[in-house]
Amino acid sequence: MSKTSESPLVVKAKPASLIQGSPRVVNVGLSGFAEALAAQGVAVIQVDWSPPARGDADLATLLSKLSD
Amino acid sequence: MSDIRQVLREANAEAVHRMLAAEPVLIDVVAAADAIPELGEGMILHAGPPISWERMCGPMRGAVAGIAVFEGWANDLDAAAALAARGAFQFRPNHDFAAVGPMTGMTTASQPVMVVENQASGNRAFCTINEGLGKVMRFGGNDASVLTRLAWLRDVLGPALGTALRSIEGIELKSLVARGLTMGDEMHQRNVACSSLLLRSLAAALANTCGDRAILTTILSFIASNDQFFLNIAMAMGKAITDPVRDIKGASVVTAMSRNGTDFGIRVSGLGDEWFTAPVEMPDGLYFPGFSAVDANPDMGDSTIVETIGLGGFAMAAAPAVAGFVGAGAPSDAAHITHTMREITLAENPEWTIPALDYQGVPTAIDIRRVVETGIAPMINTGIAHREPGVGQVGAGVVRAPLACFESALWALGKRLGVT
Repeated sequence: MSKTSESPLVVKAKPASLIQGSPRVVNVGLSGFAEALAAQGVAVIQVDWSPPARGDADLATLLSKLSD
Repeated sequence: MSDIRQVLREANAEAVHRMLAAEPVLIDVVAAADAIPELGEGMILHAGPPISWERMCGPMRGAVAGIAVFEGWANDLDAAAALAARGAFQFRPNHDFAAVGPMTGMTTASQPVMVVENQASGNRAFCTINEGLGKVMRFGGNDASVLTRLAWLRDVLGPALGTALRSIEGIELKSLVARGLTMGDEMHQRNVACSSLLLRSLAAALANTCGDRAILTTILSFIASNDQFFLNIAMAMGKAITDPVRDIKGASVVTAMSRNGTDFGIRVSGLGDEWFTAPVEMPDGLYFPGFSAVDANPDMGDSTIVETIGLGGFAMAAAPAVAGFVGAGAPSDAAHITHTMREITLAENPEWTIPALDYQGVPTAIDIRRVVETGIAPMINTGIAHREPGVGQVGAGVVRAPLACFESALWALGKRLGVT
């Protein structure tokens, strides 16, 4: 199937160059990455996140049964 | 499955409704034995989930020995400790008797307790009178100065407060706490505003009912010199608010968080009075001159009932000065702490709002599902006791509720609802 102009996969505009300016970073999860970047003077926003139930698959399954 | 989700949704809505609809009023001060008829000779109520003498921490043992001497069950502290080791005393949690107590939480027959009535549901809750700062029994102090102060609370202050409160038909607490939040209190480690507001409400009644000017002066000075006087009232208020939330089938809302210096325990509405416990954690805090972390006892007290109703650590944004005092970061971090606690609660209290957060209500009704899912443990502001009996308070800090309590409670709730 050929891509059409309506396809979400079609890139309509060129992305802003990642190499023309300083990187701007959003780090999700482990804060060590953000801290390392910040120490090098990179602008970074840290988003606290961790896997549901601290990665415990059984607890996550239980949560899915008890969520409303 | 959809039926279970409906049960959970409706149960939690009812739990939130009962919590927010509470109308707590401080109505009286009476002897603990009058408030709690089961409280007989040799029976000692303590903070936290159930614990035996063998597993008690140092300050809890010190307080037990001291209160046994105070009640006349032993001639001295050594004799009291020996009696305790022989099983002469019956230890039960305050929470089993509609009571709460700060730190060691000693409640025995002759001590005066403040009575808070929840006039929305008619239940009452009790807490002893705050002893002040320094060497006090709640931090494990038990020398003559501590016992002498307890006797004054029993013989002078308690009866005078009771008479004054009855003469004005009590003091409504919900609006008083609302004002305290706007004046920088979070009701756990900062109670200076609410203590002052309370004294303002009580002063005329005390003057009207206390015939002895010297005694009146002593009483007014005692309350005025204790910034934490309101803490015990806030605690009784918390218990009066949360008790009607117990036993709602399917509700995943926390009704009690408490620690005995060895174990941290929680109770959950849909699981009745069962405790879910885990080893208690060490507070992270700041210490008075001459003390350090090596002197600290693990977390202790029923005072976490204030976090259970959205105050204390949950209301940190209302009291940015406390963030520095307890070592929780800069005052500017206080708002972040309250925002984070909102992620593990079901509601905001529209009557207890925080000006610095554009009058957002305090995060209310901790949901064990949200705690487990996010891994965000409730933040608790706390005092720190010396680990040895008889010394007292050595600092203040913050501590997290252990996630293991919430995980084991979630498994139990799943079992109760038939999904495991």
